[in-house]
Amino acid sequence: MRRVAVIGVGDTEFGELWDSSFRELGIRAGLAAVADANISADIIDALYVGNMSAGRFIEQEHIGALIADYAGLARDNISATRVEAAGASGGLALRQGFMAVASGMHNVVVVGGAEKMTDVSDDESAMIQSSAADQEWETVLGATFPALHALIAKRHMHEYGTTREQLADVAVKNHKNGSMNPKAQFQREIARETVMGSPMVSSPLRMFDCAPSSDGAAAVVLCSLDAAKKYTEIPIEIVGSGQASDTLALHHRKDICTMEATKMAAKRAFEMASLTTRDVDVAEVHDNFTISEILAIEDLGFFKKGEGGKATEAGLTGIAGEVAVNTSGGLKARGDPVGATGIAQVVEIVTQLRGTAGNRQVKDATIGLTHNVGGTGATALVHLFRRV
Amino acid sequence: MGMKVGIVSYGAYVPRYRISPEEIGKVWGVDGKAMAKGLMVNCKSVPGPDEDTITISVEAARHMMRRCGVSPKDIGALYVGSESHPYAVKPSGTVVAEAIEAAPDLTVADFEFACKAGTAAIQTCMGLVGSGMVKYGVAIGADTSQGAPGDVLEYTASAGGAAFLIGSEKIIATLDLTYSFTTDTPDFWRREGQMYPRHGGRFTGEPAYFKHVISGGKGLLERTGTSPKDYTYAIFHQPNGKFPTRVAKQLGFSEAQVKAGLLAPLIGNTYCGAVPLGMSAILDEAKAGDRIFAVAYGSGAGSDAFAMTVTDEIEHFARDKAPTFKELNQNPKFLDYATYAKFRGKIALGGE
Amino acid sequence: MATAPRFWRENPSRYNLMGFKCNSCGRHYFPPRAICPVCHRKSVGKMEKVKLRGTGKVFSFTDVHEGLEDIALHKPYIVAIVELDEGPRVTAQIIDCEACDIQIGTPVRATMRKLSEEGPSGVIHYGYKFAPVKEK
Repeated sequence: MRRVAVIGVGDTEFGELWDSSFRELGIRAGLAAVADANISADIIDALYVGNMSAGRFIEQEHIGALIADYAGLARDNISATRVEAAGASGGLALRQGFMAVASGMHNVVVVGGAEKMTDVSDDESAMIQSSAADQEWETVLGATFPALHALIAKRHMHEYGTTREQLADVAVKNHKNGSMNPKAQFQREIARETVMGSPMVSSPLRMFDCAPSSDGAAAVVLCSLDAAKKYTEIPIEIVGSGQASDTLALHHRKDICTMEATKMAAKRAFEMASLTTRDVDVAEVHDNFTISEILAIEDLGFFKKGEGGKATEAGLTGIAGEVAVNTSGGLKARGDPVGATGIAQVVEIVTQLRGTAGNRQVKDATIGLTHNVGGTGATALVHLFRRV
Repeated sequence: MGMKVGIVSYGAYVPRYRISPEEIGKVWGVDGKAMAKGLMVNCKSVPGPDEDTITISVEAARHMMRRCGVSPKDIGALYVGSESHPYAVKPSGTVVAEAIEAAPDLTVADFEFACKAGTAAIQTCMGLVGSGMVKYGVAIGADTSQGAPGDVLEYTASAGGAAFLIGSEKIIATLDLTYSFTTDTPDFWRREGQMYPRHGGRFTGEPAYFKHVISGGKGLLERTGTSPKDYTYAIFHQPNGKFPTRVAKQLGFSEAQVKAGLLAPLIGNTYCGAVPLGMSAILDEAKAGDRIFAVAYGSGAGSDAFAMTVTDEIEHFARDKAPTFKELNQNPKFLDYATYAKFRGKIALGGE
Repeated sequence: MATAPRFWRENPSRYNLMGFKCNSCGRHYFPPRAICPVCHRKSVGKMEKVKLRGTGKVFSFTDVHEGLEDIALHKPYIVAIVELDEGPRVTAQIIDCEACDIQIGTPVRATMRKLSEEGPSGVIHYGYKFAPVKEK
């Protein structure tokens, strides 16, 4: 297998972007990544796009063809593929691009992620997002997507004593980071009280425990490590890629407070990279709900099971902490256009490893990790990156 | 009739929500307390927003099945009588049949005759079982009836139901004879597509309820050669607490005989559930040898009268396997008018 | 929301908690599965339809304030994961109680309620909800 590097990254701002259409966002991110990679478009031979549900949000399927066309790449008849795994669509798209280059099948690949969530009503958006769960046995019975995560939170609090305050601390930290990210949907710091006084969504999770609905897109350019040196002085190598699945329905998991898919995906990525958790300096994890970040930092191995809340409270996941988690602001503050999230995480890690993260720069960051989840943990993607 | 036919098992269900006449009266500028006294109804039952005649029938039927060892595959007929079937076309009975695993080898239909559709179903089952056409029949009377906002019926129209397993083996109460008195009398009606019924005010009294209940009752006494004192219990259709008390007196029954089955003061008028629930409350306490006299009434109009005798089998009957009426009425939750109106779909929601 | 045929297909499981038992290892599953995830090929031909009793305990629960459009009428409503006595867990609403009355471990029993309607002129969907077991 060839070694693979990221040579360019690009993203749009995330938020309620009334003036931007889905295709406009996708193209803008892609063009930014190609410009950052300093390549000409005619050497791109494949495109992968992560997108959860354009079919329902904007009644458009066939996303691969759409983006290739509007990016001007249809004239070269490139190979274009849409990838879907609910919230993990972006991370899964990255893995497809990585495998295409690693195997030698393709040489220069653009991997993007995009989602346009605000063209439908809030109610409709909630219904569409809940399609990441088990329709027949969770949604139809009345469980919303936040409710499923609330069930996890309630059980985690019961088994490990995680507190309401510790959940809030995840959102507080991520908003602090987001305030230093000019592309973030929310750039204002908040206090614990903001979280704990916000409207109840599904007990114990309140509005500020939940990532917003967002519009946005992100893209990266991949090529072999050997070729990368032609285009950039700081190629960022993808040293590990791991993917895993688990039961679709939360109630079928062995332990609802552990995402086995995260653990397995991480194990596979670390094994491929010959690295361990201790080597990671900076990580973008899937915090669509505050409890999800707590599970993530436990299941990725940064902290023991049950200790995620305490670790967050103690500041161990801050920019200057043991491992800097979600320096971009995470899904909570940076925003969560579902299909784009997995790629936006890569953009942040590459930025950190290049040393260009400004106020939110993690000192001497050399190894980074992205963690992207679909549903309540039915799919997980973990990627490891190293500054070469 | 050939073989002996009777009730083999029964089950009841009443929703847990209640609303008082005082609470309703407050909204409409009416003295609710006086209403309560005049109607002899202290509160009425209200179905939750996820309940309807089908779910009530299923609960009652499942309670009925829990109490006996009969295999649902031996049920040959199932009928649900109601004036608030959730569908105008698509039977309630098929859902119930599936929910008690009696499907697919049985006949099902929904019945309508105002408040006496459940008892008409009992009569039908008596015929099917008695003729040997089916081994067991299920007859259910259940309703989630609506009273128009501000109308006098709003103080009593309530929700509940009971199910009866009719058969010829292990009978806990024989259905000795049934007699019906039927005429075309428009005292209370609801046109297709209308949400609320209309009624003829005082016309619903003497020429309707009383004429038919008394004729039905007298007709049954004659045909059985019995008199009121022969019976331990008596139950009459109970749109409120007043009518059955008065008609009992007119027919010669005492307050003591009527007491156990008189549920209207506690839960209001459960329409097709009224006499069936009353019967279930009586069977909750009846002993071997007790005789029961029942007359149901349905507007439109007609009465179904039944003479029953409780058998020794009731001593072995597994009543404990399902809640009695008293247990169902134990921890009611009282609502304010706004919540009641929301639950009952009386608030105009946004258009489609 | 769910369409008529898609919903109807699952009626045996939604009305009567019809599950499966693997006769190779004895484990119960709900909803029915073609093969046992533990025994795999050994379970082919050995999966037996079995009706679950409907009794179990609350494993986790939440009070849903922002609910699905179809069941907005009774917000807040309680959703829980219930661990059935035979082993499988299900996601369902808990009714006939306030959120403050139930805890992890509360015994509950299945009952039938309306789950949703396809609008005022559409099909009504029925299925299981659980109620706390009442002490006599």
